[in-house]
Amino acid sequence: MSAFSQNPRPWIIRGVFVVLAVILIARLFTLQILDDKYRVMAEGQAIFRKVVYPARGAIVDRKGKALLINNVTYDLAFIPNKIKNLDTAQFCAVMGTDKATFLKTMKKLTLRNGYQRQSIYEAGLSQEKNARLQENLYLFEGFELLERSTRTYPLGIGAHIFGYLNEVSENMLTNSRYASYRQGDYVGQSGLESRYEEVLRGQRGVEYMVRDVLNRPRDSYKNGSLDTPSVAGRSLELYLDADLQAYGEKLMAGKIGSAIAIDPRTGGILALVSAPSYDPNLLSGSTFAKGYTELSRSYTRPLFNRAILAQYPPGSTFKPLTALIGLDVGVITPSFGYPCGGGYYACGRRIGCTHSGGGHAANLRLAMANSCNAYFCDVFRKTVDAKKWAGGTHEGLQRWHDYLSAMGLGHPLGIDIPGEKPGGIPDSSYFNQKYHGSWNSCTMVFVGMGQGEVDMTPLQMANAMCLIANRGYYYIPHFVKSIGGNPRDTVLKDYLVKHTPTHISDSAFESVIMGMEDVVSHGTGRVAILPGVEVCGKTGTVENYWILNGQKTKLDNHSVFVCFAPKNDPKIAIAVVVQNSGYGATWAGPIASLMMEKYLKDSITAPARIALQEKMFKANTVKSYIRVIDSLQRQKDLLRDMLRTADKRTRDSVKKQRDTMLVRQIMKDYYDLSAKRGPGTDGTIRFQN
Amino acid sequence: MSLGRKPLTARIDWPVIYLYLALVAIGIAAVYSVEYTNFSDPFFNMSKSHMKQITWLCISLVVGMIIVLTDSKFFLAVAYLSYLVGILLLLATFALGSEVKGSHSFIKFGSFSFQPGELCKIFTALALARFLSTPETNFKTLKDRLIATAIVLLPCAIIIKQNETGLALVYFSFFLAMYREGLPNAILLIGFSVAGLLIGTLLIERLPLFIIITAIPLLITWLLRRQLKRNRILIVVIAGAWLIAVLFSQVVVPYVFKNVFQGYQTERIYSMLGQDVPQEYQKPGVTPKKDADYNVRQSKIAIGSGGLLGKGFGNGTQTKYSFVPEQNTDFVFCGIGEQFGFVGSSVLVLLYVTLLLRIVYIAERQRSMFSRVYAYCVASILFFHLAINLSMTMGLAPVIGITLPMLSYGGTSLLSFSILLFILLRLDADRQVLIR
Repeated sequence: MSAFSQNPRPWIIRGVFVVLAVILIARLFTLQILDDKYRVMAEGQAIFRKVVYPARGAIVDRKGKALLINNVTYDLAFIPNKIKNLDTAQFCAVMGTDKATFLKTMKKLTLRNGYQRQSIYEAGLSQEKNARLQENLYLFEGFELLERSTRTYPLGIGAHIFGYLNEVSENMLTNSRYASYRQGDYVGQSGLESRYEEVLRGQRGVEYMVRDVLNRPRDSYKNGSLDTPSVAGRSLELYLDADLQAYGEKLMAGKIGSAIAIDPRTGGILALVSAPSYDPNLLSGSTFAKGYTELSRSYTRPLFNRAILAQYPPGSTFKPLTALIGLDVGVITPSFGYPCGGGYYACGRRIGCTHSGGGHAANLRLAMANSCNAYFCDVFRKTVDAKKWAGGTHEGLQRWHDYLSAMGLGHPLGIDIPGEKPGGIPDSSYFNQKYHGSWNSCTMVFVGMGQGEVDMTPLQMANAMCLIANRGYYYIPHFVKSIGGNPRDTVLKDYLVKHTPTHISDSAFESVIMGMEDVVSHGTGRVAILPGVEVCGKTGTVENYWILNGQKTKLDNHSVFVCFAPKNDPKIAIAVVVQNSGYGATWAGPIASLMMEKYLKDSITAPARIALQEKMFKANTVKSYIRVIDSLQRQKDLLRDMLRTADKRTRDSVKKQRDTMLVRQIMKDYYDLSAKRGPGTDGTIRFQN
Repeated sequence: MSLGRKPLTARIDWPVIYLYLALVAIGIAAVYSVEYTNFSDPFFNMSKSHMKQITWLCISLVVGMIIVLTDSKFFLAVAYLSYLVGILLLLATFALGSEVKGSHSFIKFGSFSFQPGELCKIFTALALARFLSTPETNFKTLKDRLIATAIVLLPCAIIIKQNETGLALVYFSFFLAMYREGLPNAILLIGFSVAGLLIGTLLIERLPLFIIITAIPLLITWLLRRQLKRNRILIVVIAGAWLIAVLFSQVVVPYVFKNVFQGYQTERIYSMLGQDVPQEYQKPGVTPKKDADYNVRQSKIAIGSGGLLGKGFGNGTQTKYSFVPEQNTDFVFCGIGEQFGFVGSSVLVLLYVTLLLRIVYIAERQRSMFSRVYAYCVASILFFHLAINLSMTMGLAPVIGITLPMLSYGGTSLLSFSILLFILLRLDADRQVLIR
C-alpha cells in the first residue's frame, strides 16, 4: 500500500496488463465455451459426410446363372452459379474437348436446367477420364463427380421382370417408404428392382472425411470411429429359367402379347414374356433418357408389361373353369351332354359354335375337346339359375363370382412385381347398375365361354392352369425362390402359403383334366402334342373390338392357349396370348407347346418341330391398324391432359385473383380509413366474402 | 555489498529466459502441428517452416549471447547513434526498398530481407531511455515532453508513409512508458477510453453498453470518494466524460451509421472485426461481402471450435487444412486456440502476462533511470503487440498486420524481440553498476 501511495503508476500499468488478460480470457470463454456456433461452423466447413453406396444385390436364375452385373460409373455434374475461376483451357485438356464444344455444352445445359440446378456435363465417364478428373477435380470449383451404380444385363432378357433403376423422384421422396433417400439416389423404379428395393440396396454406409480449404478430402475424421460400414445388398435367387425366358422372348418377337410359364408345384415363375420386349441395357446408365424416350414413343408400347397389365377376355380357355363350377354346384355331371346343332338358341339369338351335330358335346370330355360354345353357355346358365340358390339368378351370379374370385380372378394375385391389374369378374351389383336390375342369365350368357364381361390378365390365366394342374390349390405366382440363400425369408412369407380356395372334388378336376387332355390329343389343340408327355391344354380364340366414337369395330381375334404338363405330375403350366393374330391353335398353341418342350426336354429335335419353331421366330403378327389405334389413343390422352392443364390453370388464376382481392380488402379495412366511408365510393371492386 | 562481482550467470534474470524459451517453443509447436499432416514425416526437414524457425531461434540465441557479453554502457553510449542509423535505414527503404505484400518497408540483401521498422523499435526505445535519463531533461516541462513525443513519432510517421499502419501503431505504445515517467494521467485515461469506447460501440449492443458506460464512472467515483471530497472539479470531469461517452455511443454513432455512411462503408467497418452489420444499420440492397472479413471469421471459427480442451495436438481441422489465412504468422494463435482449447489459450495468455509483470518488476528494481525507461519500453511494445494481435484474432480489434511476440513464424520478428529482451537482461544484470 505504501509503494502504491508513493508512486501509483507502476501499479496502474500492472493493472492495465491484468485487465488485458481478463478481457482476453473472458473473450476466449465466450468464443470457446459459451458459443456453440463456431464448432458447428467448423464441422460444416471441414467435415464432409461421404455416403458409401454398397453393391446392389445380384439376381441369378434357377441354375445360378447371373442375370445382371453391377457397375459403378461416374457422372460429371456442375451447378452453373457455383463455378468460380474456372480455368477453361485446363478443364478442356482434362476432359479432352475443345473450348467451343465446352462452351456450347455449358450453354445448352444451363439454358435447359437453369442457373442454380445441377446439370450433368457428361454421364458415364470413361475410366481414364474419371481417373484424371478425380485427381484434378479440386481445380474446378462447382463441378462434382457423382457415383452411379448401374446394372448391365449380359443376356439382354427379362426387361419387364427386373425393371430399371433411376434417380428417386420428388414424388417418391414424400412417400414414407423412401424416407431415407436423398435427391440423386438411385432406386428401383419397377419390376423386381422396385419390389425388392429394401433387400437389394443393402445398407448405405457413412464415412466422415476431413477436407481442406480447396475441398479435397484429406483424412478420415476421428480415425473413422464415427463411420458406419456399408452392408452389401442381398442377392435374389429366382425360379426363372434364363434359357426358357430367352427362348420365349425369341418366340414372341414380332408379336404383341405375352407368355407366362409357372411351376405349379411352387408357384415359381419360370418365364414371363411381354411382347414386344426390349433390351434392358437400354434403360441402364447413361442411355436411360434416350432409351426411355424411344421406348415410350413406340406404337407397340414395349414398356407396357402385358403379362400383368393387359386384361383380355379369356375366351374358350375359360371353359374349364365354367365346367368346374358347374360340376361343383351340381348342375351337371361329367356325363352331361348338350345336343348342339351348331349354335345356342335358348336366349333368343344364335350363339355360333364351330361344330354342329355328330354328338360333339355328348359329354363334358367331348364338349371340352371340341370347345362347344353351346355346351358351356348352357352350363353357365344352369349354374347361375340353379334351384338351390334361394336368391335366384342374382344369388347364383354372386356365387359364381365368388368361385372365380377364390380362384384368383377379378383381383390382383399378388405377384412380386408391382402394378398388377385386377382383371374383371362381374358380380350381380355390376349388372344391377348396368341394367337397372332387369337382367337374367341370358344377359351375360357369353361369360360361360369366356367372352363378354370377364377379363383376365395372362398371369391369371396361367395361375388358373396351376389351380387345375394341382387339382385345387395354387401358390401366388412369384419370381423369387430365396433371398441370400434363405427360402424362408419373411419377405417371402406370402408366397409360401398354399391357397386351397374352393373345395371342388378331385373327381370334378379329373373330368375337366381328361377333357383338356383330349383337347391336345385329338381336339382343337393337337399342335401341342408332345410325344411321351401327357399334355393338357385349352385353346382360345377371343373376339375383341375397338370402339371409336361409339362405333364398335371388330378386330382380328386374340390367339390364346393355356396348358400344363405332365398330366399326373405337373411341372409346368403355361398361358400364351398373341393379340389380334387369329385362332388359338395357330399362334399361341405352338408357342406354348415349344416352350413346354424346351423346358421339359431341354431342346427341340424333331424336324417338324424345328420347322414350327422357325416359323414362330420369323412370324410378325403385328397388324398395321395397331399403329392407327395407338396414335388415336395418344391424341385422346394428349387432349385430356391439355384440358386438365387448362382447367387447373383457370382454377389457379381464379384463386389467385380472389386472394389478391381479399388482401386488398384487408389492407383497406386496416390501413385506409377512407374505406370506412362505405363500399364502392372509391370505385374499387369489393370482394364479398 | 558488491553484487557486481557475482558471476554473470547469477545476475541474469532466468525467469524471463524461461518464459521466452517456453513461448518460442509453443510457437514452433504451433507451426509444426499446422504444417504436418502426417507425424511420421521426418522432423528434421529444413524446407519446413518449423525447422526454419528453429534456425532463427539459434541465431537469436547467439545474438542474445553476444548482447549479454557486451558492456552494458555500450547501449547507453550508442542510443542516439543507433536511433539515427534507424531513421536513415527507414528513409533508405524509399530508395532501396522492395515491395512485399504491398508495403515498402523491406530492405533486401540477396535472399535475406528485413524490416528496418522492426529494428527501429529497439533503437527508439534506447533513444527515449537515453533522453529521459539525461540529467538535463526535465520531463515535467512541456518542451521536453514534446521532444520525447517527437522521438517516438518521427519513425512512426515514416513507417505510416511506408504503408505499414500496424507497425506504425506500435510506436504509440511508448506513451505507456512515458506515462510511467510522468505524463499526465489524463493522457492514458483518454487514450484507453477512446479505444475502448470505439470498439465497445461496434461490439456491444446499445443498452448493455450504456449500462457499462454508466457503471464505470460510478465505480471510479466510489473508489476516489475521498479525493472527490477535496477536489470537486474531478466530479465535473467524470460527469463530463460520462456525458461525452454516452452521447458518442448512443447518439453520434447510430446517427452516423444510419444517415451519414453508405451501406458499404458500414459493412467495411464491421467486417474489420468479423462482425455482421446489426439489423438497425442495415441498408437495403447491400449484400454482405464475404471476402472482406474472411480472415477474422475463419479465425473465430478455428478458435471457437476448440472448445474447453481443444481438438488435441495435430487434430485441428481448420488450421491444418488451411482455412485460416496467414495461420503461421499473424494468426498463429488460431492453431493454439483450436488444438488446445480454452485451457491452453488461457495458459498462453497467462504466460504472456506473467512475462509482462516480470518485466515491470525488473524495471522497478533498477537504479538507473535509463534501464527503467528501457524496461518499460520493452513491456509496452510487448503489451501492444499482444493486445492487438490476440484481440484481432478473436474479433475484438480490427485486423492490423502485427505479429504475436515470440510465437509468430518469421525471422525478423523473432530476432528483434530477442534483441529487445536480451538488451534488457544485460542492463538488468548490471543493475548494481549502472546508476544513471
